[in-house]
Amino acid sequence: MSTLILLLVTGVGLGGLYFLVASGLSLIYGLMGVLNFAHGSFLTLGAFVGLAAAQAVGAGTWGGLLLGLLVGALTGAVAAALTELGLIRPLYNRHIEQVLVTVGLSLATVALFEGIWGPNPRNITTNAWLSDTTELLGARIPNTAFLNILAAALVLGGIVAFLKHTRYGLIIRAGVENRSMVTALGIDVRKAFTLVFAVGGAAAGLGGVLATQSLNYVSPHMGASLLIFAFIVTVIGGMGSLTGAAVASVVVAVLQQLANSYLNNSGDLIVVLLLAIVLLVRPSGLMGRTA
Amino acid sequence: MSEHSPRQDRPREAGPILSVRGLSARIAGQQVVHDVSFDVAATGVTALLGRNGVGKTSTLKAVMGLIERSGEVVLDGARVDAERTERIVCRGVGYVPEDREVFAGLTVAENLRLAERTGDHGTSPARKRLVADLFPDLTQRAQQRAGTLSGGQQQMVSLARALLNENRILLVDEPTKGLAPRIVSEVADALAAAARTVPILLVEQNLQVIDRLADRVVVIDAGRVVHAGPARELLDDQAMIQRFLGVHAESEPAPDQVHKAVTIAEGGE
Repeated sequence: MSTLILLLVTGVGLGGLYFLVASGLSLIYGLMGVLNFAHGSFLTLGAFVGLAAAQAVGAGTWGGLLLGLLVGALTGAVAAALTELGLIRPLYNRHIEQVLVTVGLSLATVALFEGIWGPNPRNITTNAWLSDTTELLGARIPNTAFLNILAAALVLGGIVAFLKHTRYGLIIRAGVENRSMVTALGIDVRKAFTLVFAVGGAAAGLGGVLATQSLNYVSPHMGASLLIFAFIVTVIGGMGSLTGAAVASVVVAVLQQLANSYLNNSGDLIVVLLLAIVLLVRPSGLMGRTA
Repeated sequence: MSEHSPRQDRPREAGPILSVRGLSARIAGQQVVHDVSFDVAATGVTALLGRNGVGKTSTLKAVMGLIERSGEVVLDGARVDAERTERIVCRGVGYVPEDREVFAGLTVAENLRLAERTGDHGTSPARKRLVADLFPDLTQRAQQRAGTLSGGQQQMVSLARALLNENRILLVDEPTKGLAPRIVSEVADALAAAARTVPILLVEQNLQVIDRLADRVVVIDAGRVVHAGPARELLDDQAMIQRFLGVHAESEPAPDQVHKAVTIAEGGE
């Protein structure tokens, strides 16, 4: 029983990390039709720069962690906005070229990060509380799981509030449905493109710093490995659906944890099987629009 | 650039609000509009007619910059053909697309809020009242998702979006398509009211609606303009209607046509 509780809570925590990456992917695809392969790079860059900021204040302190999270999010946002302005916008409406550019950027940035920070994972100092566990119904849950859940919930709430209550949120929701009609109402939808990239990049950067706390290391490759699952989550949830991404994040991560523990480490296999089943039975995803 | 155009020599009132010269357009590499030229007068309704699939909708989309285009589009003396869609709209071109294209997941109020413009030529409170008076049903249904509205109500949302701003011209694409006869006349009423304040370029198949609204007609065939002139001249000439539009004009719609319209409307809702 306590193992099950442990797996469920850590699964939801891992789902939180997936969601932080998948939320941006889903919004960007929904609005712009671009599969952003460079999204993992925003995460990695956010993690490295965020950790550097945290270390400057004091590695392992709450202040350092908080600053690290903020700087990580900001770094992700800036990197994403610059990517949109510099590489995506000049290729307006040329989706295949846009996707190829993001693939190229993801490869180039990983090489760049290796050049700067070295190819191997570096161990980090985490906050004492975060290295500890908390007992919940007999299970000893790593505290990072709670932090991840809290952060993902706040980001989900924040993005939903932004989409519901702001003019740009309205433009983005409308644009996900019918982009050309938004321009036909006299709205420059390109500003919304930069904005969703920035929001998605911020969530990814935040996710990067959080991931280092759970993994206890930072590496140039962490973005790529999380990105794969975030893509799967985005497809299962329904491309362009934020709630779909949230639900699928939790489902995928929990299933992965359970399979890893009870089915001989077959978590990754089970997740890919789930993806295949969803694609066969419901190609638009759990909450995607039916074409 | 337009200062040297001969159009400018004429007094502004007499000139067309919209001039299209040698407009061609492509969708996915396929040419759908071939060297089309016509004028839209500064008052009243100009109907753009033709059989199904001759390029009427594509012509409107090309004017709006929604599809790849070449040629000259002159709005009130200024070339706009190099501009992006949203710039053209902000110059005062309201667009009511075929199939209404309301945002189904957004509420009626959100659909309208999206259409409101800010800045110098922004949406005025008077304009909002005018739209509210014209479409009282929409005020009642403000919080309803647009996707759950009937076809006629969606058309009202689409028209209201275009009427919220002081436009110089409206481009309206098949506003009565697939609607029940009673709703068709409501939509025509709304368009007639709008036409008193703003010139309209109207694509329409329903001859009764054309008869009621249109002052002038431009007929397109196979992506080219084949006739332009007063609406009466065309409507009074059975042979011309048969030749250009492939239909018989009758004072009353044939019973099967009404039946068809009703079925389409019901099926579509």
